[in-house]
Amino acid sequence: MLQSYLQKEFLTESVARRQTPGASAVICRSVTKVFGEGETQVQALRGVDLEAPYGEMSLLVGPSGCGKTTLLSVMAGILEPTSGSVTVLGQALDQLRGQALVRFRGQNIGFIFQQYNLLPALTAAENAAIPLLIQGWSRRKAVAKAKELLDAVGVGARAHALPSQLSGGQQQRVAIARALVHEPRLLICDEPTSALDGDTGHVIMDIIRRVGVGPDRAVIVVTHDSRVFEFGDRIIHMNDGRVVKTESNGSAGPRVSVNPSPAQEILTEQARQTRGRSQ
Amino acid sequence: MIWVAIQMLTGDRAKFFGIVFGIAFASLLIAQQSSIFCGLMLMTTSQIKDIQGADIWVMNPNVRFVDDLKPLSENDLYRVRGVPGVQWAVRLYKNLSRARLENGNFQQVILLGLDDSTFVGAPAEITMGSLADLRRPDAVFVDEAGYHLLWPGEPFQLGRTFEMNDRRAVIVGICKASRTFQTFPVVYTRYSQAVQFAPPERKVLSFVLAQPEPGLSPEEVAARITAQTGLKALSRNDFSWLTIHYYLQNTGIPMNFGITVILGFLVGSAIAGQTFYTFTIENLKQFGALKAMGVSNLGVVGMVLLQALVVSVLGYGIGVGLAAAFGQFTRNQSKLAFFMPWEVLGLTALAVLVIALLSSVLSVRRVLVLEPAIVFR
Repeated sequence: MLQSYLQKEFLTESVARRQTPGASAVICRSVTKVFGEGETQVQALRGVDLEAPYGEMSLLVGPSGCGKTTLLSVMAGILEPTSGSVTVLGQALDQLRGQALVRFRGQNIGFIFQQYNLLPALTAAENAAIPLLIQGWSRRKAVAKAKELLDAVGVGARAHALPSQLSGGQQQRVAIARALVHEPRLLICDEPTSALDGDTGHVIMDIIRRVGVGPDRAVIVVTHDSRVFEFGDRIIHMNDGRVVKTESNGSAGPRVSVNPSPAQEILTEQARQTRGRSQ
Repeated sequence: MIWVAIQMLTGDRAKFFGIVFGIAFASLLIAQQSSIFCGLMLMTTSQIKDIQGADIWVMNPNVRFVDDLKPLSENDLYRVRGVPGVQWAVRLYKNLSRARLENGNFQQVILLGLDDSTFVGAPAEITMGSLADLRRPDAVFVDEAGYHLLWPGEPFQLGRTFEMNDRRAVIVGICKASRTFQTFPVVYTRYSQAVQFAPPERKVLSFVLAQPEPGLSPEEVAARITAQTGLKALSRNDFSWLTIHYYLQNTGIPMNFGITVILGFLVGSAIAGQTFYTFTIENLKQFGALKAMGVSNLGVVGMVLLQALVVSVLGYGIGVGLAAAFGQFTRNQSKLAFFMPWEVLGLTALAVLVIALLSSVLSVRRVLVLEPAIVFR
């Protein structure tokens, strides 16, 4: 039901760009990244090759300092690799410069941060509406759409609360709504559960998986939290700036009993109304 | 994103008010001190402004300001009258005199002797008495503030007497006069009477007041007078500026007020700049997140500049408003010179703009070089 809602509500434009199952949303080829010069030079990535297919949640795992976050930044187009090529959603990032890259990122990529990075002065709904405001939506329409997403992730009732009035789990749900409100095709998540307790982390991963993964969308999650490995369709192990192993997890999916009732009910109702309108 | 920028700015009330306070403080200090300075400068020209009816002042070539008295000869009056374009020219006596009161006290006064027949330069607002009474023997007019200085706390009363140069002066009228820089009472009388009140001198004519013929500008006729007589002839406006320039160049007034204005500017810049910079630094991660989510560098810089503009406009409005309120209050309650022309508002706005730019330059630089990848650290 959730997938159906998301496809109808958020992915209407993306029908034309639907990808062949098994195609890759992100392709990295021989990607290196070097910081600094001379004696202070640090080689964060040492020739990374990886693919993150559509319709899957890929987990980037590995010890601290192995280059996960650097690789995530490169894939998100906010850090330029020293060498190698990165293709995101069929677009070679090295062909985009300046404003075009910023626009591509704004339209196609959603971000979920470890520390949520919600603007403290804005309510949950207003925070979730930011990507739409960036794209020039009116505040009223953007907030209205953001509220739908907040309902979908189970914090609709707290739409008018400030981040300081929300728990960590609720803030991360708002961040998920913000990441998805503009219908991105690639969801980039940086340690989304590290600031949360185990149960809340599972709930958050479940929501990300439910709302983020779709036939023409992909999710990439950087995590060192082994408790959430089970949510990944693909687990990419990194060490010392390299991909050392890639595992497929055929039984990936929610492993916890999430109480879906409030969100699911809203989504079901909205999907029903949407169908009614379209008829 | 305009709305987001303003929400970010006003979200932390303490910081927001801190920045606005810094700019308001600077605005207040700059506008208030500049206005007092302008008020003082205006005070130096108060007698030029008060002596109405003639547009040209003729004086000794060496006169540097209105109180720098270097007498002319009677012949000079006739020479001025002979200059083509001069419609008429009359005498004006101006000097400091010492008034001796009934109780034996002395008080310096500014003595003005008006042309006997025309009273050109007579006070514009008469509170008590009639200008015609000035024709009576020993008759003088005294300005209101001067009366209170001569007889503190006593009601206005015509017929009171005092002495100048051992000659009796009888008050036949009370008038309003702008406050003078020297703060002395202003005593008006006839020219012929004024020279009686003055110690004997060979030459007593202080100024010649002249009027150009219709259709001729005061500046043009003043230039003709100078060319033909060798005397210094200036329009009222030019004489006012000559006086102001003298005080600017020869007193420490501009320096003292300038230092205060600069201090206000520096303190305001420091408070506003430091708070605004801290505000930006604390929001750096948020700006990084916005950049990651698709806000361009131009967009983020625009947000920072908008925030600076908002606090500047608010701070400026509050500061200038307080300064104006201060001026209004002191005008009624004290003798503080206060004059706030539009130039003071412009100067203050310029100073605030510079403060805002200085405050935002550092902040803008930080957000420009900010890597959106900061959000992943």
